[in-house]
Amino acid sequence: MSRPELQAPPEIYYGDTEAKKYTKNTRNQQIQADMTYRALELLNLPPDQPAFLLDIGCGSDEEGYIWTGVDIAPSMLEVALEREVEGDLFLQDIGQGFGFRPGSFDGAISISVLQWLLNAETSHPTSSPPHRLHRFFTTLHSALRNPSRAVFQFYPSSDDQIQLITSIAQKAGFGGGVVVDYPNSNKARKVFLCLFVGGGGGGQQQIPEGLDGEMVEDGKVRFEKRRERDLRKDKSGKRKSQKVVDRDWILRKKELYRKRGKESVPRDSKFTGRKRKPTF
Amino acid sequence: MVRLITHNLLACHAKGCTSNNFPLQFQNVQIELKEAEFNPTFLETFMPKLEWKALVDSAKEASATISRYILGNTSLPLEQPEMLDEEFLKNLHHVLLEIHVEEGIMICPNCKHNYPISNGIPNMLLAEHEIG
Ligand SMILES: C[S@@+](CC[C@H](N)C(=O)[O-])C[C@H]1O[C@@H](n2cnc3c(N)ncnc32)[C@H](O)[C@@H]1O
Ligand SMILES: [Zn+2]
Repeated sequence: MSRPELQAPPEIYYGDTEAKKYTKNTRNQQIQADMTYRALELLNLPPDQPAFLLDIGCGSDEEGYIWTGVDIAPSMLEVALEREVEGDLFLQDIGQGFGFRPGSFDGAISISVLQWLLNAETSHPTSSPPHRLHRFFTTLHSALRNPSRAVFQFYPSSDDQIQLITSIAQKAGFGGGVVVDYPNSNKARKVFLCLFVGGGGGGQQQIPEGLDGEMVEDGKVRFEKRRERDLRKDKSGKRKSQKVVDRDWILRKKELYRKRGKESVPRDSKFTGRKRKPTF
Repeated sequence: MVRLITHNLLACHAKGCTSNNFPLQFQNVQIELKEAEFNPTFLETFMPKLEWKALVDSAKEASATISRYILGNTSLPLEQPEMLDEEFLKNLHHVLLEIHVEEGIMICPNCKHNYPISNGIPNMLLAEHEIG
């Protein structure tokens, strides 16, 4: 079967049936969740401040922090509603651009979505992929705070596609580059576009290293860096609903997903990593 | 689930609509109240992002349809205060995070584009000729 984005427009492909199927597939949900945590890690949010995030092509995700989600598929949003997710949701075609005021968000993530912008649906000039990507990245850039980051996991089908996307993102004002995790594993290989507004926040302006090789024994994805951060507790000792993403939260969530899911993350890669893609 | 926090960030994004396109005006709204956990740190860090006057006005617009008795205290000072006391932060919390607009329309003050809200989800889709 060809890739989903080649079969139908997203709002049709993710109709009622597929939306239910997609969100009930525990294996898939676990993979998506793992990529989400990795993307959040790459966002490199300041550990001591609550962040307000944008989830682009949110699908039906449930998350754990203060966020806003946009998606073009009503059925995906409906499932999200049924799950009583916490963030505000918008029915929106990201290729038409955003209307969010400058500096609205402290960061943005997008999991398995960007490849959908690479197909033209009609012959109208505003539906050409470069036009839509341009509109998307320029309005996203302005909606993000300076400094901050936007991290996209996506499925490019060629290096040309990566090239197209990164060059348009660059024209829109973003710095950053591509991070490839587990580049030598067919199963675990993941491409992340890691875009910076201003310096990208968090000290260095370097593109983070991709993960490679060593997954720890139990199959858990190794984290690039540990976020040292004490959980804030209120007087009763209960964790405040700070909803800041920290490592402990991530690990707890991952546990939960693992319990729901079947197996663990593929543990196949013992290869050493190839150098990551050059930055732009 | 459009809450005033996100409404306050939202301008019209139709083609050529770049000034006087904020805030989108509420019409025929239906509101639900949902309790949210009070998080003063978040409110304090979020305050600089708010367009204060728009927030005060939208809180009024949104609450026009529902009795104050049900809605609770939505009164905000006309100017963003410098001293943030607990009472103020509680009101702000309520206004920003507990009032959910479930149905209605958001209208652009400039181009009059209507963004309908249904089931708590605003439809931000543009027709082909409205895309920038
Ligand atoms: C593979 S799903 C991923 C959903 C979610 N991010 C996750 O990780 O589970 C791709 C999502 O992208 C959304 N999408 C595709 N094209 C879009 C567009 N132009 N604007 C907004 N959302 C889009 C689809 O509706 C779908 O929900
Ligand atoms: Zn307008």
